[in-house]
Amino acid sequence: MLEITHLSKTYGSGDRATRAVGDVNLTVGEGELLVVVGPSGCGKTTLLKCIGGLLRPTSGDVKLNGKRVSGPPEEMALVFQDYSRSLMPWTSVRNNVLLPLRHKKLSRTDRTRLVEDSVEAVGLTRFVDHYPWQLSGGMQQRVAIARALAYQPSILLMDEPFASVDAQTRGDLEDLVLNVREQFGVTILFVTHDIDESVYLADRIAVLTSSPTEVKELIAVDLPTPRDQIATKELPEFAHLRAHVYRLIKRERPGASELADADALAAAHPES
Amino acid sequence: MSARSWRLVKIGAEILVPLAILLAWQLWTASAHQPRFPRLSTILVQFREMWLFSQFGEHVVPSLVRILAGFAIGSLIGVALGIPLGLSTRARRAAMPHIEYWRAMPPPALLPISVILAHSIGDRQKIEFIAFFCIFPVLLNTIAGIRAIDPTLVDTARSYGIPRHERVRRIVLPAAFPQIMAGLRVSLALAVIMMVLTEYFSSTNGVGYVLLISKNTFQLVPMWAAIVLIGVIGYLINFVFLLVERRVLAWHRGWRAALPD
Amino acid sequence: MKRALSVLDRLIPLLSVVAALLVWQFVSVTGIVDERDLPSMTTTVRELWHLMQTGTFWHQLLLTVRGWALGLGVATVLAVPIGIVLGSSDLAGRAFRVPIEFLRPIPSAALIPLLFLTLGTNLKSEVFLAAFGAFWPLLVQTMYGVRDVDPVALDTARSFGLGRLERMYRVTLPSTVPYIATGVRISSTVALILAFTAELFMGVPGLGQAMNVAGAFGLTDTIYALALATGFLGVAIHISTTAVERRALRWHPSQRQEVAL
Repeated sequence: MLEITHLSKTYGSGDRATRAVGDVNLTVGEGELLVVVGPSGCGKTTLLKCIGGLLRPTSGDVKLNGKRVSGPPEEMALVFQDYSRSLMPWTSVRNNVLLPLRHKKLSRTDRTRLVEDSVEAVGLTRFVDHYPWQLSGGMQQRVAIARALAYQPSILLMDEPFASVDAQTRGDLEDLVLNVREQFGVTILFVTHDIDESVYLADRIAVLTSSPTEVKELIAVDLPTPRDQIATKELPEFAHLRAHVYRLIKRERPGASELADADALAAAHPES
Repeated sequence: MSARSWRLVKIGAEILVPLAILLAWQLWTASAHQPRFPRLSTILVQFREMWLFSQFGEHVVPSLVRILAGFAIGSLIGVALGIPLGLSTRARRAAMPHIEYWRAMPPPALLPISVILAHSIGDRQKIEFIAFFCIFPVLLNTIAGIRAIDPTLVDTARSYGIPRHERVRRIVLPAAFPQIMAGLRVSLALAVIMMVLTEYFSSTNGVGYVLLISKNTFQLVPMWAAIVLIGVIGYLINFVFLLVERRVLAWHRGWRAALPD
Repeated sequence: MKRALSVLDRLIPLLSVVAALLVWQFVSVTGIVDERDLPSMTTTVRELWHLMQTGTFWHQLLLTVRGWALGLGVATVLAVPIGIVLGSSDLAGRAFRVPIEFLRPIPSAALIPLLFLTLGTNLKSEVFLAAFGAFWPLLVQTMYGVRDVDPVALDTARSFGLGRLERMYRVTLPSTVPYIATGVRISSTVALILAFTAELFMGVPGLGQAMNVAGAFGLTDTIYALALATGFLGVAIHISTTAVERRALRWHPSQRQEVAL
């Protein structure tokens, strides 16, 4: 469904050029939950922004269902880490979820139904007319997820969506993602730096190298479904996979401090 | 002193100090017998006679119309220009020398020119003059508000394929709105000042005109009544604006309060 | 590629100004606006050049600057100490809140006739008017600055045994300086407007009075040249006060929203 070939992204030019993404090759199958994990600052956010059509790659291709991605594609929805900054504080949860639907060709009843269904899917029906800032961090992230769901994408890109959320809420949200995938059959490309999370969620894991980033290894996760926060994490297989991923990442930790923080660069160049 | 009684003292002070000031004003003017500083009570009587309501239609209404029309036109232009300038760095670079010059120009320096160009001293000249200077606070704050918008918000809208004009309407303007309101507040206060200046300089009616005429004919009490009226107009306009702002920006206060420190 | 763009970008402001000047020239010379009402750009610049060769012009300019400086100075000397007192004492702040809220929005221009009749048409009136207008923004900014002091810094100072006066001197005042700098910037604009107003409306010597004289003799070119010069004076004042403000803000964790005036 999603084909990424030889993707690279360089910021700046001449001798001040920084190569955030080196040479990434990846495919995501339909209905798959692929987790991308890598050391901090390796360029994960840059990679995701390129895939999502928000940044133009320096070279390489991103193809969604065979079509080249040159701007944010219609079948794709993004969920950012900074949930509170991606929600409009001046209006209700309902209108926030409604935003992406406004310019889609849908009848009013269809729109209302989509909003209500996705808000219910994330368990926030009671709060649909609240302001986002009246909700807790975890709940705000649910709003962002509901918004992505209402959009009815065929593929969902999630950029460390639970990094700013406390550990217990994170568990709930992880299970929400799995339920959503089950219920809506959507393909998910999930980026995280949390190793436990990557093993828990994934069908496959792509481990990235440090900057300039490439895919170091692809790991198939054979853990039984449905996953459970307690039972699955008790399995010896879970521990093995976790250790394997951890070892790969540990070896990638940049020793030299001259390597620029590629993700910080991504934040500083919103439109390049 | 206990916390409770201290609070009562403060509330008492809040009420009593303004009253004490008024009382002192009355007592001083009553005893000083200065023709240029008539008794407060005399001023208030004259105030009621003139402005409520015999000369209200003749002078107060035109002044208010000029203030509001000038403010409205200037603010609309300010926002309309501020949006493209806020969004485009290049446009901003081109406009900056002009904005920096006109916003620093003291408005009274353009009073004679305003009359020369308009060939008249009627409503249109006044509204044009007021509107011109009302543009700049709104323009500058619109630009600042748009530039301060969180890029995550815009990125989110872009990722959902929301077209540019929709983004401006649904994201950029609401997000910049609190800052625009700050500019509107300054612009409104400016409109009151500009009204007084342009009516005092050259006019056939209006509160500023009354101010001038009563000075010229040495009618001290009506002059003071006009001064008080201008103060009241300034105060009330600001008060009403704050009420509106409080209502319209309720979400903003809540949001800022909820932000982590 | 990026380097080539920034050369063009650096030229854009200059090109924009040149374009505007050409449009002015065009509009006037071709008669879109009658040349008697809008002297051409070249005529105005030539007139300004002639003025600048005269001693009178510079003398008048300095008089205006003097009125501005004295007005701003008096306002600062009054507003900062009063602001510190009102800002540090909750009782005093609350007691005077209503009078300040009422006096603040009064357009200083309303006082012109009163000053005309009491202090007369001289420097005293100009300074009083400028100071009265400049006082309020500075007062409010100083009060904000005092109230905005980081309570953690104060507590730390107290735990080190610093007395009340010393805390004021070592913690509160340095922290208030950026706010005062912002207040000076805002107030300097107001002071210039009022100094010029006093000259224009009361004939106090200075650029404003020069404009009056030019108007009386129908010298439109001179009016425009003086307006142009006054604009530059305003820009000079704005640039210098902004530079001072920026310097004062450098070390301060300023997360305040700037309201542009």
